[in-house]
Amino acid sequence: MRFSALRILKEGLTGNTGWGPLWRTPEPKASYDAIIIGGGGHGLSTAYYLAKNHGLTNIAVIEKGYLGGGNVGRNTTIVRANYMLPGNSEFYSHSLKLWEGMEADLNFNAMHSQRGIINLFHSDGQRDAYARRGNAMINQGDDAILLDTQGCRKLLPYLDYDQTRFPIYGGLYHKRGGTARHDAVAWGYARGADQLGVDLIQQCEVTGFLIENGVCKGVQTTRGDIRAPKVGMVVAGRSGQVAEMAGFRLPVESHVLQAFVTEGLKPCIDHVITYGMGHFYISQSDKGGLVFGGDLDYYPSYAQRGNLPMAEHVVEAGMTLMPMIGKAKMLRSWGGIMDMTPDGSPIIDKSPIEGLYVDAGWCYGGFKAVPASGWCMAHLMATDHSHDVAKRFRLDRFRTGHVIDEESTGSQHNLH
Amino acid sequence: MRITCPLNGERDLREFTIMGSVDYLDRPGQDGTIEALDDHLHLRDNPAGETRELWYHDPSGTWLVVTRNTVTHEILSTELAMEVGK
Amino acid sequence: MRLPSGGLIDRGTNLRFQFDKQWYAGHDGDTLASALLANGVKLVGRSFKYHRPRGVLSAGSEEPNALVHIGKGAAQNPNVRATTQALYDGLYATSQNAWPSLKFDVMEANNLLAPFLGAGFYYKTFMWPRAFWEKLYEPFIRRAAGLGALAGMPDPAAYEKGFAHCDLLVIGTGPTGLMAALTAARAGVDVILADEGERFGGRLLSETGAIDGQSGAEWADSVIAELSGMDNVRLMTRTTVTGAYDGGTYGAVERVAHHLATVPTGLPLECFWRIVAKRTVLGAGALERPIAFANNDRPGVMLASAVRSYVNRYAVAPGKRVAVFGSNNDAHQTVRDLQTAGVEVVALIDPRAGAGKDIGVPVHQACVSDTKGRLGLTEITLSNGRTLKVDCLAVSGGWNPTVHMTCHMNGRPQWREDIASFVPRNGGIPGMIPAGACQGDFSTTACLEGGIAAATRALSELGKSAPDIEVPEAEDTAYALDPLWAVPGKGHAWLDFQNDVTTKDIKQAARENMVSVEHMKRYTTQGMATDQGKNSNVGALALLADATGRGIPETGTTTFRPPYVPVALSTLGAGARGKGFAPERKTTSHVATEQMGAPFIEAGLWYRPSYFPRDGETHWRQSCDREVGYVRNAVGVCDVSTLGKIDLKGPDAGKFLDFVYSNTLSTLKPGKTRYGLMLREDGFVMDDGTTACLGETHYLMTTTTAAAGQVMKHLDYVQQVHARDMAVRFTSVTEHWAQFAVAGPKSRELLSAVIDEPITDETFPFMANGPVSVDGIAGRLFRISFSGEHAYEIAIPARYGDALFRDLVARAEALGGGAYGMEALNVLRIEKGFITHSEIDGRVTADDIGFGRMVSAKKDCIGKLATTRPALTEPGRQQLVGLKPAGAVKMMSPGAHLFTDGDDAIRENDQGYITSEGYSPTLNSNLALGFLKDGRARHGEIVQVIDHLREVKTMVEVCDPVFFDPEGGRMRG
Repeated sequence: MRFSALRILKEGLTGNTGWGPLWRTPEPKASYDAIIIGGGGHGLSTAYYLAKNHGLTNIAVIEKGYLGGGNVGRNTTIVRANYMLPGNSEFYSHSLKLWEGMEADLNFNAMHSQRGIINLFHSDGQRDAYARRGNAMINQGDDAILLDTQGCRKLLPYLDYDQTRFPIYGGLYHKRGGTARHDAVAWGYARGADQLGVDLIQQCEVTGFLIENGVCKGVQTTRGDIRAPKVGMVVAGRSGQVAEMAGFRLPVESHVLQAFVTEGLKPCIDHVITYGMGHFYISQSDKGGLVFGGDLDYYPSYAQRGNLPMAEHVVEAGMTLMPMIGKAKMLRSWGGIMDMTPDGSPIIDKSPIEGLYVDAGWCYGGFKAVPASGWCMAHLMATDHSHDVAKRFRLDRFRTGHVIDEESTGSQHNLH
Repeated sequence: MRITCPLNGERDLREFTIMGSVDYLDRPGQDGTIEALDDHLHLRDNPAGETRELWYHDPSGTWLVVTRNTVTHEILSTELAMEVGK
Repeated sequence: MRLPSGGLIDRGTNLRFQFDKQWYAGHDGDTLASALLANGVKLVGRSFKYHRPRGVLSAGSEEPNALVHIGKGAAQNPNVRATTQALYDGLYATSQNAWPSLKFDVMEANNLLAPFLGAGFYYKTFMWPRAFWEKLYEPFIRRAAGLGALAGMPDPAAYEKGFAHCDLLVIGTGPTGLMAALTAARAGVDVILADEGERFGGRLLSETGAIDGQSGAEWADSVIAELSGMDNVRLMTRTTVTGAYDGGTYGAVERVAHHLATVPTGLPLECFWRIVAKRTVLGAGALERPIAFANNDRPGVMLASAVRSYVNRYAVAPGKRVAVFGSNNDAHQTVRDLQTAGVEVVALIDPRAGAGKDIGVPVHQACVSDTKGRLGLTEITLSNGRTLKVDCLAVSGGWNPTVHMTCHMNGRPQWREDIASFVPRNGGIPGMIPAGACQGDFSTTACLEGGIAAATRALSELGKSAPDIEVPEAEDTAYALDPLWAVPGKGHAWLDFQNDVTTKDIKQAARENMVSVEHMKRYTTQGMATDQGKNSNVGALALLADATGRGIPETGTTTFRPPYVPVALSTLGAGARGKGFAPERKTTSHVATEQMGAPFIEAGLWYRPSYFPRDGETHWRQSCDREVGYVRNAVGVCDVSTLGKIDLKGPDAGKFLDFVYSNTLSTLKPGKTRYGLMLREDGFVMDDGTTACLGETHYLMTTTTAAAGQVMKHLDYVQQVHARDMAVRFTSVTEHWAQFAVAGPKSRELLSAVIDEPITDETFPFMANGPVSVDGIAGRLFRISFSGEHAYEIAIPARYGDALFRDLVARAEALGGGAYGMEALNVLRIEKGFITHSEIDGRVTADDIGFGRMVSAKKDCIGKLATTRPALTEPGRQQLVGLKPAGAVKMMSPGAHLFTDGDDAIRENDQGYITSEGYSPTLNSNLALGFLKDGRARHGEIVQVIDHLREVKTMVEVCDPVFFDPEGGRMRG
């Protein structure tokens, strides 16, 4: 069913009883042309683009819980293309372009809001690093503006420019950056994929792989075996577990990243702001809650919850940067499980097993990557070749040293 | 989370930092293979359950091997990294 | 209306307060909500989406409607629950989310649009045209949404944090918590008893049942009296335990002074506690749930238990003509309490056959199916068609155990059919024992017994035995319930009052296949308001279960997460405002530097001088040029104490250094100093610095300022994990020594006047080090140079740092030199091509910076194997180069990218970037360092510098990074 102004008017006048299901609830078939393991944002967009771009519609997404129940439903919703290094630059640039056309393409409002992101910096050295980044963004064809302190004051008058521990030297302003309604992205892709004929199978957990002579032929699930010549694992947070079923190790550790939201408040923060000294970033949702987060808890975890030290640290950073948020009250905290790679960049590649493809290692940057990850994973699965903008996201790059280390912190999973 | 340092007793999480899996204990030397280095630095079992990790007690400069559950966050045991395998 | 007698209020006090600029009066013991109700104020807020008029629903922290601003100006506190805000004299409250006034709110128009604004409407609309989202739709939605408003100014109040430890933490002071605390306290263990209320007693303060012949409040007071006399008990009132974390750690917010008109000096407004408890008894009680029926959200519709609270505890009649609607016997107690208080009860409405027969008021075996009254309830309609004129309706859909905290570690509660609600599953939180009503035991006697049993179990787990304790005798009514979630009918029937989620929304979500409970929640926003579904989640689940033909247990629950009640960021971030966020490290020369008028810059946690301005200088460049001149022509002095200093001793110290540095240090002779390069295990450069051999088995390593902590930790790691057999010990001595660079042609002349024994080139050649004496004080001297000049660093115990710095600067000035800061230091090192972390940024190899040969072939070191990986050795890597202006524009900005002449500035053509730049007064030119693809082979080539951000486009010549004195004669001579 297509959404339109007329349709909304009609349904409103007739008690909203005519809306049909956003997607079907099909029974799994015995075989498909391709299977995507994982009904999160990346899995759903992979399915959508397999169907839309490559005409593969006899495919299924297999989700152990509910659609969009992983990190796509528990992140801080930031969408940006402000990377510096080759590999990331072109990929996230492509992703942002897809974001800009996504709602029209999916006929679903994901509330993508290009309200602008400002990365604050606090020393000459940080400014130089952000200048290098900003120039790389423009070289890539994206947008960046280098603000000085005055420029920041104009846009963000409520920051503490006088007493804060690390003075604000300026910021890198990425106007096309912003936020989106996270769940809606998953739902939009799910609905889009379903309309193209993709079977979205929820409450179906993969328990093993059907591997014959070293070739992946399908999966075992809690609802029976499902065969397919191509299987994509798109299970961020659980990548290590699923890879283990297939018999290989990934360069991934699962870590918890906490995020927080306050009670609803009248509009007070209009941009996305990141704090260069304190691992703190914040925006205000359309509902009015201040959505903010910080760094990993640093210890591997599958618990989707964190501990107080990092929660306090994040709030402390917020309080030194923008003390006017003090009377806002934290309403809820949660944790997402991040696939952390040793260079902080993702993997979209063939696995060591023929027929099995890996989309993993999104660290905590996966949300903004949803469209391009699906686009490139679909390309890889359909053509057996890496998409141009994802060709550096190789699985073997850690062994060869071709790392894409934006944070420059080296081979330690929890430092990115 | 509270971790018992064998030297300093039970302490709050904020006194510790973690480096990662005990894969870091198996260091290939200069004659090692790149594959062994990959195992040492990059590839991880990443278990959902019990795991052994290198942690650092910052105030005392002590490296520990902590056995921990990644699902429940339970700390099962701690030992000095110096003593592991001795 | 205030009742003529009764209640736990102090009628002798007269507290005046304002709500929406109108003055009212109340008493000590009132909450803002009870005082407003006592004054007949029923309309207190507006809902989130439809801006519906709303009144007080509850009497606790779960309140979804009565959220107000307290205070004004910078102190304005948004979203305060009027139901928990203690009244004080002068309290200033205003309503929120309404404009221009609470009674006439233009956004109420949304209510008329409700048919179009149902579940998920956002996702289906506002897409046409695309550009209108940010410009039109989103600003409108943002303005309409939100509740309270921040003042937009820093919060003027003080906040604190603290740690507390105990054997047993008891949460809640109803009958369960009090008996648990008493049992444990008498056994002699350390007890913390925390309750979020203004006084101890929990539900006992609101109910009329007697305990041991006393009122509940009197009995609670008697228990508290005993506990407060015990040294092993800490009583924490106004303290909400907000979250359960790993290892028996709990977060708790103590609202220290919100009940006071002025905060006494020295007290914070709130304190955030981390309580570490060996065991915990959760006596959090239960929350009553509403029933969904058409227009059940009007001011005057309240929870039955809240009506009892207002009548019994606050002596307030929430209405003149009250009806009670419920399907459980507990609701009937409301009728009796109202009658006792002399409030007219119009009817008891209970759909159960024969319920409430002898209660003494008209009983309707029916449901309430609709209501009337725009700004306050005036009439209810029953499912049998009768209408009743009432101004207050007490509603009880039964009770939900307060299981929230038991789910904070992902534990899911389990369904109990007999009470039609969820109870905690065993072991949800290690060490926590839920007891009493939060465990589903709703009778007072069961709670009293449950508290004792829980404490007894906790004691036995702690290896203690419980004292004999008698269970007090309590009056009880049996709780019998027929679940009633929603009354069929056509109007909107509210579930989540604040977020305006109605039963229709749940049904629509189900129709759209949003049948997972998480999908339903996220699609409708059910349970996402400030009460986090405390009032509505179970009801919504029941309706979803019904709409999907599943049972409630199969439908599942959403997850409760910390905090249990919202916590102010000021409180969680206490201490971090302004400079409190991170420690401030100051060198021993800080005061002298300040006196010289130098502006400081942050270097990690340290403060270092940027430059030392002189009279007449109007731009930092003038000062910088002058200071560079000191070093090149006379002598300059610079505090370099911030560099990390690590003292290593032991027979294997040299071997250890060889292992952590890529080059060989063990061959260093006592009295000699050598530059070292440290790699990470992945083969990239970690840090650099000099190491001085002070004796046969004694070394002093220096690190960069930025990496001092990281390197110390790294050395600990390497030694304790990979070099356990090496006999070496080391410690950080960064703060033990003040260290000053004395650099320039006249540096020896200056130093000779300062140290007790003169030095010569022969006794102290380049890279020498040795002990010196300064006025009899033992110091150290190193002949090392970060400027390329004949230079030294002199170290002295930190307590003499200030004196030595002042002396060195004065002597330098007498020789035509003086102090220099970071700007000059940076220019000096760029002239020499010396690197900092601007160059070794974590992505470069030793070879990239021209130090490939420093990775010794003769020995193993950290990172060596990794340097052999293909990516680290292949051609095309970016290498360190010098860059000199070659066009009209001389500026070269760090962060600019490099392109081959003629190429477009696009990523595919990117050749490198500039890391550092400065104007060299020595060479009268701007100079820069940078990385360029295959740069060492491109010296002499002219390349483009393009900085889009600063609109700089120019040409530069690639050259060797050492611009000045490439042979190093000045440094050695």
